[in-house]
Amino acid sequence: MSTGTLYAPRPVPGHDRELGAAGRSVRSRRRRRQLRWNLVVAGLALLVAALFLLSLCIGERTYSIAEVVQVIAGQHVPGASFGVGVLRLPRACGAVLAGAAFGVVGTCFQVLLRNTLASPDIIGVTAGANTAAVAGIILFGLSGLALTGLAVAGGLVTAVAIALLAWQGSGATSRLILVGIAAASMFDAATLWIMTRGSQWDIQAASRWLTGSLNGLSWASLAPLIGALLVGLPLVGLMSRQLGNLQLGDDVASGLGVRVSLTRAAIMLIGVVVLAAATATTGPIAFVSLLCGPIALNLVGAGHSSLLPAALVGAAMVLASDFIAAHLLLRSYPVGVVTGILGGLYLIVLLIRMGRRTRGSA
Amino acid sequence: MLAAACVLSVAVGSLSVPPGQVWQALSDPSVHTIAAEAVRSRVPRTVLGLLVGAALACSGAIMQGLTRNPLADPGILGINAGAAVAIVIAMAYIGLTSAAQYIWFALAGAGLAAGAVWAIGTGGRGHATPLRLALAGAVLAAVLTSFTQALLLPHAQLLQSFRSWQAGGIDGARFTQIEQVLPFFVIGAAMAACSGPTLNALALGDEIATGLGTHVGRARLFLAVAAVLLAATSTALAGPIGFVGLIVPHAVRAMVGADYRWVLAWCVVVGPLLLLVADVVGRVITRPADVQVGILTAIIGAPVFIGLLRTRRLGEL
Amino acid sequence: MTDHEFSARGVSVGYGDRPVIGGLDLQVPAHRVGAIIGPNGCGKSTLLRTLSRQLRPSAGAVLLDGRAIHSMPTREVAKVLGLLPQSPTCPEGIVVEDLVSRGRTPHRGSFGRWTSADDEAIALALEETGTAELAERPVDELSGGQRQRVWIAMALAQQTDLLLLDEPTTFLDLAYQIDVLELLVRLNESRGTTIVMVLHDINLAARYCDWLAAMRDGTVRARGGPREVVDVETVREVFDLETVVIDDPVSGAPLVVPRGRAGRSAGERTAAREVPA
Repeated sequence: MSTGTLYAPRPVPGHDRELGAAGRSVRSRRRRRQLRWNLVVAGLALLVAALFLLSLCIGERTYSIAEVVQVIAGQHVPGASFGVGVLRLPRACGAVLAGAAFGVVGTCFQVLLRNTLASPDIIGVTAGANTAAVAGIILFGLSGLALTGLAVAGGLVTAVAIALLAWQGSGATSRLILVGIAAASMFDAATLWIMTRGSQWDIQAASRWLTGSLNGLSWASLAPLIGALLVGLPLVGLMSRQLGNLQLGDDVASGLGVRVSLTRAAIMLIGVVVLAAATATTGPIAFVSLLCGPIALNLVGAGHSSLLPAALVGAAMVLASDFIAAHLLLRSYPVGVVTGILGGLYLIVLLIRMGRRTRGSA
Repeated sequence: MLAAACVLSVAVGSLSVPPGQVWQALSDPSVHTIAAEAVRSRVPRTVLGLLVGAALACSGAIMQGLTRNPLADPGILGINAGAAVAIVIAMAYIGLTSAAQYIWFALAGAGLAAGAVWAIGTGGRGHATPLRLALAGAVLAAVLTSFTQALLLPHAQLLQSFRSWQAGGIDGARFTQIEQVLPFFVIGAAMAACSGPTLNALALGDEIATGLGTHVGRARLFLAVAAVLLAATSTALAGPIGFVGLIVPHAVRAMVGADYRWVLAWCVVVGPLLLLVADVVGRVITRPADVQVGILTAIIGAPVFIGLLRTRRLGEL
Repeated sequence: MTDHEFSARGVSVGYGDRPVIGGLDLQVPAHRVGAIIGPNGCGKSTLLRTLSRQLRPSAGAVLLDGRAIHSMPTREVAKVLGLLPQSPTCPEGIVVEDLVSRGRTPHRGSFGRWTSADDEAIALALEETGTAELAERPVDELSGGQRQRVWIAMALAQQTDLLLLDEPTTFLDLAYQIDVLELLVRLNESRGTTIVMVLHDINLAARYCDWLAAMRDGTVRARGGPREVVDVETVREVFDLETVVIDDPVSGAPLVVPRGRAGRSAGERTAAREVPA
């Protein structure tokens, strides 16, 4: 039975309808906002490309861009083929991949947990992976793929354990963060304990798990990360709109047709795997996963997907930090030191901004 | 119980000594057996355990009352990390070596960290949820840790000693060191002793506390100074030891109720008890090596913390 | 506009072991505005959350056109049934139009491009809620009343035939409360949208709704038009309150005036105070 005649007509779904003036202005305003997003992504992509080339050209020996491009194209250039192709290229690729991975996963966690400070290295997932890896090196003498696998397993088990411990019906996100913080300090203590029991050589190998570093990356060591990203990123990309709607709260999101629990579990699972793979490759590069989301969001504006921009910000940040750490300081530091200081600066900015907001409202 | 823990603390270790010999070693300075020396070397460690345990527990209780936040703890709020980074600066760049010298740095670092966490946690709005405060503390601690790492990398010889200090331990304690910072403990303890009534008033909310005649701003400052003083002094001597300040006040509240005067008094007893027992356990489980007490309190404390989260309703978080 | 059959059949819900609603039946009449009223803790919000499939009933089912909504695909339900929870979270800095656009989610695929129908629906929602001139303002800069209209606009952009709202007037000034309720009634008149909301204020509910359901202890104690539900006996049974029910001089709807427990007016109290002096 239809009573349609009783009520004013509603727009019928379809592509060919003539748009009214109001609809047209909605469309043009949206396109203008979309344009900003496109520009930001294009600009970030250019920045990443420039930093990538820069880190290939400059080092102990400097090569010209032409030489570098030739090497990338697969031609043999005396000297440069080894210096760039074997040494610098895997390192730069590692920086891009790890940066993108940390950026995307960090943003996912921040959105899912609705808190800009809730990145995986704060809420214990990274700490769990680290403990597993350090135990693998020192107690079981593992290396290579087995070690990566152990780290991924450690991260996953930690994430699931934290989720189960925090799960008590509704409103689990804040409890999740707090349980995660406690778990992180427990795992850090355990890692420290294992470290004090290891031999000098093992401690060297294990300390990569405490500060991120891009030293000594090879194509073989990048393989697990590439695999995880190839599977993980497209899947997360597919869910990006659901992720955006989760920002409105579980109730609203499910009212909009998002399968809340399923989406959340799926994104968390993928995130932990990608994160652990990246950590296994470069160690936990401090604060990249915390910083990328807010920076990307500031660039594209609230309400737009910040996953791709965050990936690009992450890649640019790790490339630039590694370049600074390796070449611009008095001595060569691991990349994690520079990103750690960036994290400190971000906190100060946060403080100043909060102070300003208070004065504004007072 | 505390006395028993003290006896255990001097008797048990890589070389265990029967109680009879312990008494002999302590009462007769002319005995020079290995066992007697071992016992004597453990005395300052036990004394330090008593001081640090009491200081951390009281500091935690004051912070919980001050912030009206059941999860406050000098470790979780990043105050220990603040003291740690300041101490590293003092050791690496100014060349200070004794606790008496760098305690001022520890105090400044802890005070700054406490202020920063409070500012980030409240967002300037005056009231912080436990969640925001804990997150701000965790993030600040992470920043400070990587900062510490950056400072230490060029100083390889410091790295080793820092790593053992970072684990948090009361081993290697000397009476001279304890004497040097004793005044700070005493002042902190005196301030803590008179903060009970203020904490009781604040527990009812700022408005009611004002109505009861408390100057809320001044009271907050006084309490914060006391808490930071106790936490920073402990950290300077024993390294960052987490969770003692969290667990003990909760356990005590469960025993004696919510009156802060009693809570603080009992913290002085239960805090050292926990710390000494943890220290003894750490000496026993991986004999002959020690597990530093800071590692043990974290491994014991985190599950307790999580249990606390699970028993509380979310509205209180 | 289709007539959707929407009802709760023998629904029981609880949090953990604690039952909140036991064996409740409720038929929601199509194209009408209805409110669920009752004292705090009577289960009215729980009922609304169950109707909007936020909570899964332990027994019974919520039926939409004869199918249990908890076993229907979420997106299919979202095209028919809209929801505005009590305190939705708003991403910091998002502009009004972007938030309203989110209402189109169930109508678009994962790769779906924006269609004319989307733009038209968003424009209409902005217009009907009077938020068109706020389109590019950040939501967190708006007043409480404006913000609530923006959220309603988002629900309207979803273009569902049924709309559930959990206390849409809480935290609003009286003027904004009237604003929001009149907006909802207008939407019901122009679009024929079936509206069910939880309301605190029994007088506002009686004034603006076609039907009321009064709940207590997890069951519906009275259900019907305002005249049938709002009387001295029902209010006493549901709210434990002695009242006088008069006619609202403006709308003619029943108006509840509490007697209070002492049953004395301020004038009488003043008189009583003056006696000893």
